[in-house]
Amino acid sequence: MTTAASAVTTQYLCDYDRLTPELGVAALVGDVQVAIFRLADGSIHAVQNLCPFSGAYVLSRGITGSRGDVPTIASPLYKQVFSLLTGECLATMDKAPRPGMSPDLAVYPLTLDNGQVFIDLAGTE
Amino acid sequence: MTDIQQIVVVGGGMVAHRFAEAMRDRDAEGRYAVTVLAEEPRAPYDRVALTSYFTGRDPEDLALGDPALWEDPRVRLERDARVEGIDREARTVTDKHGRTYPYDHLVLATGSYAWSPPMEGAELPGVFVYRTIDDVAALRIYVEQRAKELRRPVRGAVIGGGLLGLEAAGALQELGATSTVIQFADRLMNLQVDEGGGQALSRLIENLGVTVRCSTATKAIKPDKAGRAGRLTFADGGEQLVDVVVFATGVRPRDELGRSAGLGIGERGGVVVDDTCLTEDPAISAIGEVACIQGACIGLIAPGNTMAEIAVDRLLGGQSTFPGADTSAKLKLLGVDVASFGDAFATTPGALELTYADPVAGVYKKLVVTDDARTLLGGILVGDASAYASLRPLVGSELGGDPAGWLLPEGSVEGPNIELPDAAGVCSCNNVSAGAIRGAVTEHGCTDLAGVKACTKAGTSCGSCLPLVKKIVGDELEKSGIEISNALCEHFGMSRAQLFSAIQVSALRTFSEIIERFGTGRGCDLCKPAIGSILASLYNEHVLAQDRAALQDTNDRVMANMQKDGTYSVVPRVPGGEILPEHLILIGQIAQDYGLYTKITGGQRIDMFGARLDQLPGIWKRLVDAGMESGHAYGKSLRTVKSCVGSDWCRYGVQDSVGMAIALELRYRGLRSPHKIKLGVSGCARECAEARGKDVGVIATDNGWNVYVGGNGGFTPRHAQLLVEDVDDATVFQVIDRYLMYYIRTADRLQRTAPWQEEHEGGLEAIRQVIMEDSLGICADLDEHMARHIDTYEDEWAAVLNDPERLKQFTSFVNAPDQPDPSLAYVEQRGQRRPATPAERASGAVLIAPSTLEVRS
Ligand code: SRM
Ligand SMILES: Cc1cc2nc3c(=O)[nH]c(=O)nc-3n(C[C@H](O)[C@H](O)[C@H](O)COP(=O)(O)OP(=O)(O)OC[C@H]3O[C@@H](n4cnc5c(N)ncnc54)[C@H](O)[C@@H]3O)c2cc1C
Ligand code: SF4
Ligand code: FES
Repeated sequence: MTTAASAVTTQYLCDYDRLTPELGVAALVGDVQVAIFRLADGSIHAVQNLCPFSGAYVLSRGITGSRGDVPTIASPLYKQVFSLLTGECLATMDKAPRPGMSPDLAVYPLTLDNGQVFIDLAGTE
Repeated sequence: MTDIQQIVVVGGGMVAHRFAEAMRDRDAEGRYAVTVLAEEPRAPYDRVALTSYFTGRDPEDLALGDPALWEDPRVRLERDARVEGIDREARTVTDKHGRTYPYDHLVLATGSYAWSPPMEGAELPGVFVYRTIDDVAALRIYVEQRAKELRRPVRGAVIGGGLLGLEAAGALQELGATSTVIQFADRLMNLQVDEGGGQALSRLIENLGVTVRCSTATKAIKPDKAGRAGRLTFADGGEQLVDVVVFATGVRPRDELGRSAGLGIGERGGVVVDDTCLTEDPAISAIGEVACIQGACIGLIAPGNTMAEIAVDRLLGGQSTFPGADTSAKLKLLGVDVASFGDAFATTPGALELTYADPVAGVYKKLVVTDDARTLLGGILVGDASAYASLRPLVGSELGGDPAGWLLPEGSVEGPNIELPDAAGVCSCNNVSAGAIRGAVTEHGCTDLAGVKACTKAGTSCGSCLPLVKKIVGDELEKSGIEISNALCEHFGMSRAQLFSAIQVSALRTFSEIIERFGTGRGCDLCKPAIGSILASLYNEHVLAQDRAALQDTNDRVMANMQKDGTYSVVPRVPGGEILPEHLILIGQIAQDYGLYTKITGGQRIDMFGARLDQLPGIWKRLVDAGMESGHAYGKSLRTVKSCVGSDWCRYGVQDSVGMAIALELRYRGLRSPHKIKLGVSGCARECAEARGKDVGVIATDNGWNVYVGGNGGFTPRHAQLLVEDVDDATVFQVIDRYLMYYIRTADRLQRTAPWQEEHEGGLEAIRQVIMEDSLGICADLDEHMARHIDTYEDEWAAVLNDPERLKQFTSFVNAPDQPDPSLAYVEQRGQRRPATPAERASGAVLIAPSTLEVRS
């Protein structure tokens, strides 16, 4: 998986108000595509936009939800469900990820500063 | 291979079929080859379901079992091969073509014929019996022709008021004829119900519009001027005008072959067999209605199937014997619930009868129990036979609790809840026990009713046991910890239909309010789109209105279909498949400008593939400006109304199918529903639009339109069933409005019309009553709801193009809106582009970068 390894990594993405609750958007950080979510409870989350099961960059267009207490995102192509907190794949829908890809997503820390959303790629979990 | 034994089966009816099927299932070593000689020109079919031939089913729909049986190398079926003689010495039979078949073992399965009493006029045109497909086909053609000539409803009469007579009376009504049942006995179904039941039954039958004359002996059928059946005269001097007469006066075994071969014949006919189904000639068995077993011929399918199984078992060296017949019966007439089982007439010494009657509601119920009131012996249920499926298998067992619980209307006392013993027979048609049904779940891993039906054959014949099968399957699944609740998902405990009413009644309009009131958590990709769809069905507001964008499935959310690489396809509506040349040119132009792949879809329109999220508004602006609109190819909503060219051009067309298709498509466009809906309209019976493969199919007739419902292609193809015949345009709209609205309100998530219709209690007939006779009193509401949909329709793409807030959704990257998705890669194929495969990407094959193709408009 592509992970940027540059030193100065915190980068401005957009204003918090630009994010609609429960509707993801994609962002381009260097050559890494990231999916950003603002949930109804006000929290913000970022995971890789690449869906490991389809190989397409689509997770920002999935449906948010929850499994128990864990906020989730479901891939729009084959409906796998991932935790927005850890990136863990919670439902593979009986499919294997694309060769060489992990079923789990990379999660990126976001920070909110004065109504602006920043991302730290180096902080990948 | 000389040691393969030849079995010849005479007769190609239901029991012959069961014999051949059981032999092939169980003769693992291939000891026997089976030749079935059938008099009828077709493979065995489901005679029990014969009446459904009138509700628009094809003869093929009556097919029994897996047709592959007849392809088996050890099974041979000769149609149109009536056997005329048996030579017991030479061990051969000869058919009507003079062909001779040697046998090692012969099985007589010639069934019965419909008997009509010797009566003046019984041979007139217009007089029918009711036994075979050919009989009912001839009846149907006659009634339809007479209806055209007479220009008034055809007058029908059925002589005989038993099970079959009442079914035939219903069939006549189905054909648009009036019907009178003439019964010699003092009550209807006198073999199954007692006097109290008979009275309740007459009232129910009369409520259906059928006239009942009991204690009436028909003397003669008098011809009209043209020499057709015209009048009935009765022994008491009365008369009745008729156009068509059906005899349902009983059946007689077709034992003529046995007689001429010198086999023993029962007192009232039938080839005598012992408990192993052997005749007095050990090389000949008889099974089914032709067999006189334990002193009687039995006119029901269940004992016939049992005999077939026994004959097979014996040939394979088994030891089974006939256990005695279950003569339980349930009337298959819609709206009239009658069942009788076990010792219905309390002939057991000391038997007690418990009765319950509610003449206002037309209900009569009787249970026959042992003198200590504990063990069930039999019963009669009229007007409400819902307990039949549960009670019948309990015959001979302890009832448990207060027997009154079974008699009183549901809810008035705590319903008895009994665990059936494994040995209790549940499906008598196919001889399936409660244990076998449980085994299907626990051992064969079936997880739903359909699976259990396929695995055990339970419920696949008359269907009367289905409620019980369903209950046992449910209980069993629950025990093994499999969730069978109809809850939508972990966030909502309700089914879609329940949630629909809850949302409707509470008038809530946002997801957050709905989940707070009726659910838990934050929702998911199951409940969110379902609620989005319910809100759209209820209020017909924009799919992206309020907080709804986040509810929609991927495709609805951006109003386009996501493809494998994350790009989208664009499908403008082409109502009825009719398209202007300038729209064709525009689509071509757009495809060229954006480098989109184009293809004609299976739904008679054009799909443009490979558009990026950020390109969708630009593409749609050009389409909308030119007067095109969203085709909802992405929605669980109306897709297309397929048409054939119809009477405008086609030399055979009898109605304007294109005009009708366009009218329907414009009427229902944008209608959100539990699953996608497709319609088709054909201009004549040749059916070039394949309308019967659609959720709703409209087929032109000389007099108007026939409307069929519940068809689909896809994974489980289904032919649509006839709902109404020969109706005008206005009625077509009204009927479809109500059908679709009722479906939208009550179907499960992602349940198409065919399974909805099948699983709806009472099936299509009950749905017909809801929408044609307003049995639930909701028609005005359904009409009003559809009218609101039609009035408030707006093109959702046009609406988005006018809304800068919603247009923001269509950016590639929130922080780089001008940068297209860099991951997309294409190769050329047959002059167009398609997504590159991972191997092509890896090999660095010549890729077409999408951005170089783009011409922004
Ligand atoms: C584009 C098209 C194929 C084509 O190039 O011809 C197509 C494409 C898809 N069909 Fe289809 N179906 C298309 C006509 C059909 C037809 C033929 C017809 O409509 O006469 C059928 C069989 C008829 C029927 O529906 O009863 C058909 C039966 C299905 C099914 C099976 C439904 C079922 O009840 O079993 C699915 C799966 C589903 O919906 O769950 C499906 C699902 C799909 C999906 C949505 C698969 C997916 O999840 O991506 C495809 C969307 C592609 C896209 O982006 O447009 N498609 N699909 C056709 C679009 C017609 C249109 O103009 O809207
Ligand atoms: C309208 C209707 C509704 C019914 N509903 C029910 C119901 O709800 N429940 C129930 O249990 N039963 C019902 N029955 C009865 C059930 O259909 C029969 O019990 C069952 O079909 C008997 O099967 P069989 O194979 O013995 O006879 P059949 O199905 O009658 O088959 C006998 C076949 O043998 C052929 N044949 C006869 N003589 C020859 C010959 N010499 N050579 C070659 N072929 C020959 C006949 O043409 C016929 O096709 C119904 C019957 C009808 C007509
Ligand atoms: S048949 Fe399968 S591959 Fe073809 S369009 Fe339909 S869903 Fe796609
Ligand atoms: S009892 Fe007739 S199908 Fe089960």
